[in-house]
Amino acid sequence: MTAPTQPPAATPEQPSATPDLLYTQDEEDLRSAVRALLADRADAPTVIAATESDTPYDPRLWEALATGIGAAGLLVPEKLGGQGASHREAAVVLEELGRSVAPAPYLTSSVVATETLLALARDGGPAAALLAELASGARTAVLAVPFATPPSGARAALTSLDGTVRGVADAAVADVLLVPTAEGLYAVEATAPGVVVEPLVPLDLTRPLATLTLSGATGTLLADADASTTAVRRGLLAGAGLLASEQLGIAEWCLTETVRYTRERHQFNRPVGSFQSLKHRMAQLWLEVVSARAAARNAADALATGSPDAPLAVAVAQAYCSGVAVHAAEECVQLHGGIGMTWEHPAHLYLKRAKADSIAYGSAGTHREAVAELAELPAP
Amino acid sequence: MSPAAAPAVDATEIRRRTRELLTAHPPATTDRTDFLKARFDAGLAWVHYPVGLGGLDAPRSLQQVVDAELAAADAPDNAPRRIGIGLGMAAPTILGFGTDEQKRRFLRPLWVGEEVWCQLFSEPGAGSDLAALATRAVRDGDDWVIDGQKVWTSSAHVARWAILIARTDPDLPKHRGISYFICDMTDPGVDVRPLRQITGEAEFNEVFLSGVRIPDSHRLGPVGDGWKVAQTTLMNERVSIGGSRIPREGGMIGPVSQTWRNRPDLRTHDTHQRLLTLWVEAEVARLTGERLRQQLVAGQPGPEGSGMKLAFARLNQQISGLEVELLGDEGLLYGDWTMVRPELVDFTGRDAGYRYLRSKGNSIEGGTSEVLLNIVAERVLGLPAEPRNDKDVAWKDLSR
Repeated sequence: MTAPTQPPAATPEQPSATPDLLYTQDEEDLRSAVRALLADRADAPTVIAATESDTPYDPRLWEALATGIGAAGLLVPEKLGGQGASHREAAVVLEELGRSVAPAPYLTSSVVATETLLALARDGGPAAALLAELASGARTAVLAVPFATPPSGARAALTSLDGTVRGVADAAVADVLLVPTAEGLYAVEATAPGVVVEPLVPLDLTRPLATLTLSGATGTLLADADASTTAVRRGLLAGAGLLASEQLGIAEWCLTETVRYTRERHQFNRPVGSFQSLKHRMAQLWLEVVSARAAARNAADALATGSPDAPLAVAVAQAYCSGVAVHAAEECVQLHGGIGMTWEHPAHLYLKRAKADSIAYGSAGTHREAVAELAELPAP
Repeated sequence: MSPAAAPAVDATEIRRRTRELLTAHPPATTDRTDFLKARFDAGLAWVHYPVGLGGLDAPRSLQQVVDAELAAADAPDNAPRRIGIGLGMAAPTILGFGTDEQKRRFLRPLWVGEEVWCQLFSEPGAGSDLAALATRAVRDGDDWVIDGQKVWTSSAHVARWAILIARTDPDLPKHRGISYFICDMTDPGVDVRPLRQITGEAEFNEVFLSGVRIPDSHRLGPVGDGWKVAQTTLMNERVSIGGSRIPREGGMIGPVSQTWRNRPDLRTHDTHQRLLTLWVEAEVARLTGERLRQQLVAGQPGPEGSGMKLAFARLNQQISGLEVELLGDEGLLYGDWTMVRPELVDFTGRDAGYRYLRSKGNSIEGGTSEVLLNIVAERVLGLPAEPRNDKDVAWKDLSR
């Protein structure tokens, strides 16, 4: 391409620093460890069988991931009981979890709840104590907001610890619920009196949803209303940003598996993957996956470095990667033909996860609205 | 000229030599061409080229040391966009396959810009299927006699030389009977005619070759190896992206975003949604290019490069299409249909209507998007090739 000829006045705000979009050797080592664990404990038949049980979570998988590998504490500084890594490493864990669609409360507890508490844990106190428990993998917590809540929706919906929150992801497995109210942010024990967690029938069976009903429940107040809103926004921003890496993992699996299948599957006396109409669709997906990787790494790096560009990087990553994961999963089902429609083949798990992820923490359209504001492209 | 005694060349040494050049030939008082010749002779033209041919046998990454020093001193450059085909395609091919005499004769005037190059590859009957080309080269004493027609030739009307592929043996299968030549564009048998395109101008030409004589000393690589030599040329054509950082809103998304900000009267809900979608895609394409650049710097080149042209072709077309529509009444107008023969292509410098029409070529030139998707599918994803019936048949027996 030739260099654009534009007047300097037309140059918009540029990123403050060049992001590191590659993977470090440490990140690759972490990936290998997580991938080996998931291959061992969460292959497709195991995950499918688990989704048909009362609870799809595998406690031994969680312990190995959260405590054994130390993934639960990646975002938490060492002095607060964590691994002192960053969003870049957590993003790699989520790529692998996306590739396997294993049910694990990593995004909800180790990213969103953890990041929310990080905003409040500076002066010690109950937030710091809970943070240390989450970082060690000993306990899990979820933010009691609907899974579809975007970062811009951080303002509390409940006035107090009374009321109902629908569609809370991973609530069924959480030890602690972080409940934003008009009074501030509460930590409520999931087993406390006045707390009912009622499972819903989710589209994505690998990430259970529940309705949370609070009536006269009590909890520990972690922050006042303003601090709560700021902390929750920070938690949701990290969640939305790193969800892009999970979506990348989903898309990667779908493409790899579709290429593998269409190379082997023969019709008309040749591999169906040799037909140009199919090849072009897979090549197009490859281009989308390559692009999604750049967008997801950019968001993870911006969060890790605390860049002022982070809200835009997250909005761009979500606006782009949601569609890529859904497209890859839909192509995976179609290019597998009839087998892709069966319960036995795992393609449906990826389609359901991708579609649910496209709503989680704000749809692509919601994130494009954020882009409109951040890039100064106002609505009519 | 012997490079045997050359000292180890590192960044410090290259900086020292660049400053030495600037002292001996102050840009402010030196003729532009003289300065460029002196720079070539100092090995600072392209430092990764061999000593004596404008380089220092140094790592390619050290070129930026030279460029930064020269830019700071306001030194003239060789107007690389004007001689892009020479720099990007002819030079690496001559370096890779040329004789010592050919390298000495052609590289210096090419780099300095005294001699412009063009590329005589595509034909009316050989576009995506380039190996089917029909231009004949027949041996006659020490010469080859060329007859045929080439097309889509940028710069042919200003070029001194051309890289040319022609069929030397029609009895062999199509990939094996081709040879690669350097063609003198001043030969009386060369007839260059402008090819007017949808923008109104004639950026390209068609070139008729009638009894053109090329001395055998101007052949590049062995007789019959032209297809292999051409692969070097074409690979270099597609590598050019990824060298430099693109700023945010650096491509075609820039002008339409500025129009959006400056002209609230044009805004509609529909165009807003489409603009945001394209803005996000353009930003992601920028990041993808940046990631590719970082991989190259880290010495881990990935296959992503083959995808970037696909992405930019589609984006340029969609963005410029939106821009024309956004402009409403003004989108009904066009800057200038006058038939001109520009020396340079300017993708973003003209009006939206021009951008819309010119970008239609982005998915055709340098490999159509359909062919590039095949390349990604087969070489990157490892998908099987389509069954073919043209590989083991003599060229003369193929249908056309």
